[in-house]
Amino acid sequence: MSRSLGRYAYDVVVIGAGGAGLRAAVEAREAGLSVAIICKSLFGKAHTVMAEGGVSASMGNVNSDDNWMVHFRDTMRGGKFLNHYRMAELHAKEAPDRVWELEMWGALFDRTKEGKISQRNFGGHEYPRLAHVGDRTGLELIRTMQQRIVALQQNDEKETGDPEKFIKVFAELTITEILKDNGKVSGVYGYWRESGDEVFFDSPAVILATGGIGKTFKITSNSWEGTGDGHALALKAGGRLKDMEFIQFHPTGMVWPPSVRGLLVTESVRGDGGVLTNSNGERFMFNYIPDVFKDKYADNEAEADRWYTDQTNNRRPPELLPRDEVARAINTEVKAGRGSEHGGVYLDVSKRLPAEVIKKKLPSMWHQFYELAGVDITKEAMEVGPTCHYVMGGVDVDPDSTAAVGVPGLFAAGEVAGGMHGSNRLGGNSLSDLLVFGRRAGIGAANYVKSAGANPVSDTSLKAAQEKIEKPFTQTGGENPYALHHELQELTQSLVGIIRTKKELEEALIKIAELRVRIGKVSVSGGREFNPGFHLSFDLDNMLLVAESTALAGLTREESRGGHTRDDFPVMSSQWRQVNLICTFDGKKVSVEKTPLPSMPKELFELFDPHELEKYMTAAEMSKGGSN
Amino acid sequence: MARKINLRIWRGNSTDGALQDVTVDAMEGEVILDVIHRVQAEQMNDLAVRWNCKAGKCGSCSMEINGKPRLACMTRVSTFEDGETVTITPLRAFPVIKDLVTDVSFNYKKAMQIPAFQPPADLKPGQARMQQIDVERSQEFRKCIECFLCQDACHVIRDHEENKKSFAGPRFFIRIAELDMHPLDVIRNRKQTAQEEHGLGMCNITKCCTEVCPEHIKITDNAIIPMKERVVDVKYDPLRWLGSVIRKRDGIL
Repeated sequence: MSRSLGRYAYDVVVIGAGGAGLRAAVEAREAGLSVAIICKSLFGKAHTVMAEGGVSASMGNVNSDDNWMVHFRDTMRGGKFLNHYRMAELHAKEAPDRVWELEMWGALFDRTKEGKISQRNFGGHEYPRLAHVGDRTGLELIRTMQQRIVALQQNDEKETGDPEKFIKVFAELTITEILKDNGKVSGVYGYWRESGDEVFFDSPAVILATGGIGKTFKITSNSWEGTGDGHALALKAGGRLKDMEFIQFHPTGMVWPPSVRGLLVTESVRGDGGVLTNSNGERFMFNYIPDVFKDKYADNEAEADRWYTDQTNNRRPPELLPRDEVARAINTEVKAGRGSEHGGVYLDVSKRLPAEVIKKKLPSMWHQFYELAGVDITKEAMEVGPTCHYVMGGVDVDPDSTAAVGVPGLFAAGEVAGGMHGSNRLGGNSLSDLLVFGRRAGIGAANYVKSAGANPVSDTSLKAAQEKIEKPFTQTGGENPYALHHELQELTQSLVGIIRTKKELEEALIKIAELRVRIGKVSVSGGREFNPGFHLSFDLDNMLLVAESTALAGLTREESRGGHTRDDFPVMSSQWRQVNLICTFDGKKVSVEKTPLPSMPKELFELFDPHELEKYMTAAEMSKGGSN
Repeated sequence: MARKINLRIWRGNSTDGALQDVTVDAMEGEVILDVIHRVQAEQMNDLAVRWNCKAGKCGSCSMEINGKPRLACMTRVSTFEDGETVTITPLRAFPVIKDLVTDVSFNYKKAMQIPAFQPPADLKPGQARMQQIDVERSQEFRKCIECFLCQDACHVIRDHEENKKSFAGPRFFIRIAELDMHPLDVIRNRKQTAQEEHGLGMCNITKCCTEVCPEHIKITDNAIIPMKERVVDVKYDPLRWLGSVIRKRDGIL
C-alpha cells in the first residue's frame, strides 16, 4: 500500500511544544526564521502544564536581599556542585528578565501588596523566589507562550495574509529520526499520529525540547509523553548524553489510590507550612539534615516554625531541604517500618493553616486529593512518597548557544539538555531553565542557520528513515509493546531506582539487553490510523536507550550524589565531583566515558565561602581557587 | 479488590462506527481512563484515546461518559453501580477521527480570531504594578485547561454545525472576558466584538458550560452575563448610544 509522504521546509524545526520549545520558537521567529513546532499531543497540552510551584527568578520582590549571585549559589549547592557553572550563571542572571517578559505577553502572576509579582519559598532557595499563580504556574506559562505564538501568527496574517507563513504548529506528530547529510543536520522524519502517514521536514537546524524520561519508570509524575524521545534522537544522531545517572525522585508523589500513584504533590505544600511525619507522629526530617546543610536548616521544631514568619533570625525547616535529601529520608522511614498505611509518609498542612487559606494557596492540590483520593487536605493528612519526576542528565550542549556537542545544527533546551542542574535540580529552576535556555536555543539556531545555510535531505537518508517506520508492521514475533513497556518499568523501578547497587545495575543492563532483542520482535495489530500500539513501539525503543544510559552511567559512578545514590558507595567523593559521565551510542549499544567537569572561574569561585567549597572540592582545587 | 466493569465503547472513524461491549477489571480507586487503558493493553491494542497528565490538568481526555461531557481521568469508577454498563463515546460537538479521538481544530481556529493581549505601549518589563484583587478576575478564566467540554456541552453548537461559523463558544467568551478584565490590556472594544463577531448574543445562559467545567470556572455568571449586561447597557441606553455615535470612541464600552 502506498501512503502519502508529506514534505515541508523550514529554517528551524522545534521538537516539543512545552515551555522550552515554545520559548525557542518565539525567539527564532523574532530573529526572522521560519519555524515548525512539532508536538506529540495537541498544542498546549505539554507536560509543562503540570508544573505547580513556580518559576524561580531573583527579582527580589519579597526579600530585596535576593540577587543572581544568591540564586547561582543555591543552584550550585542544590546540584552538589556538579552543575556546569556557566549554565547556572546564565540561568540565574537571565531568569528575572524572562519572567517580566511573560508579563508583557499577558501572564498574570499572583501579586505582592505593592502590586509586584509575588514570590514564594521553595526547597533549597535561600529567599522567597518563585513567581507563581496559585499552584498552577506551569499552565500559566504554557498558555502565555501559546497565546504569544498566536499573537505572532496574527501579525503574520496582517502582513502576509497567511497566519502560518512563518510559524506553524504540527500537532500530534511524532519524530522518529533526525536526518543528517554532509555531517550536519538536514531535517527530521516522522509520522502523523492521526493518520499514520509519514512526513519529513527539510531543516538545517533542529531544536530538541522534548522534556523528560519519566515513563521509563513505573512510579512517575510524568505523562505518557515523557519517553525520552529527544535524549534518544540525539544519541542516534551522534550526540552525547551527559549525567544520565542523575534522576530526581520528587519526594512527594501521591501513593494512594493505586491509579494515581506517582502523581505530584507540589513542594509548595511544604513551602507554605506543611510538615512530614511518620507513623509514630514524629516530624522525622530533623534526623536527616546532612552536614553540608547544618548551618542553613533548623534542628528543632520551634525554630523551624518561627522561620515562616521571621526568616532573618531563624534557619529553614528541614522539610525544605533539596528534593534528593527529602526523597531519601522518606525512603528510609518507610523501609524502617515507620511508613503510612499505603507505604508512604504523612504530609499535613491541615493543622498548620486555616482551611480557606489552604484552598486559596493550594487549589489544585485540594481538588486533586478531594476528587481522586477522597481526602480533604484541609482536614486530614496526605499520604506521600517518592516519584520519578525529572532527569538532570541530558544532551551535552554548549551553555551559551545550546548547540549539541558533536552534531552541527542540533540544539537542545529544557529538561532534555544536561548540565544546568548538576546532580539535583531545585524546585522552580525548571520553569526558569526552559525560559532562559529556550530563548537561547532560538538565538543559537538563528545564528547557526544564517551562517550555515541550507542542507537539503538526501534520498539515502530518507530511505533509511522510511524503512524503520515500517518495521513494527512487517516484523513478526508477536511481542506486545504494552507488555514490554510494563517489564521495562518494573526493572528500572526495582534495579535503577532511588537506591542503587553494583549487582542490581549489572542485572539491569543484562535485562535491558534482553529487552532490546525482544523489541525487535514487536508486532503491532490494527492499521496506521491513531494506533497507540504502533506509537508505543517507537517510544519503547527510546525509553530503552535512556534506561541503558542511566544504568550504565549509574554503574560507573562509584559515589552517592544528588539524584544518584549507591548503597555500596554511600559517600560523596570530591574526586568524582570533577567528572561528567558521557554516554554515546554506536547503533548497537551505549558506551560511557569520563570527561572532566569544567571548573568555575575565579569570579564565580569567590562568590562562595571557602569553608563551604571545602566540603565538595579537593585540596588541589581549593588551592587553585578557580580556573583563571 | 478488583471488580468487573462493563463498558460500551464507541469504535469507528469519520464515516462509520458502532458501540462495542467489553468487560474489564477495575481496581480500587481507579478512574475511567485507567480501565480504558486496561482495555487498550489487553483487548483492543489499537483503541484510540487522547490523554496526557492523568491529573485533570491538561484537558486531553475529554469524552462523553453516559452521555455527559467529562474528563476520563477525573471520573472515578466507584461512582458507578456494580453491574452498571458505562457508555463511553467521543465528544459529540466535534468530528470523529477515530474511536474516542475527535478533531478539535475548530477551537484553535477560534483562538486565532481573538485579538491578542496588548499592553500599554510605554510599559517596560518589570514595571507593571497590579493589585491581587484586580488580577483575580482574569485569573479565574486563566485556570481554563482547554478541555473543550464547555464547547461540547453548549447546545448552540452541539447539534448545530451551522452555528459554528458565527459562534466562538464558552471557552472563547471567557478568553475575551479575561482580556477585557485584564488590568494591562489596552484594547477597549472586546465586549462589543464578543457580541458582534463571536456570537455572544446566541448564548441564552442555560449554564450547561458552567456545569461541565472541571475547573469550576463560573463561565456564565462571571464572564458571559457581565459581558452581556455591559453590551446591553450601551446598546439600549439612549445617552450612551448617542455618545458612542457622536464621539466614535472605541473606549466607550
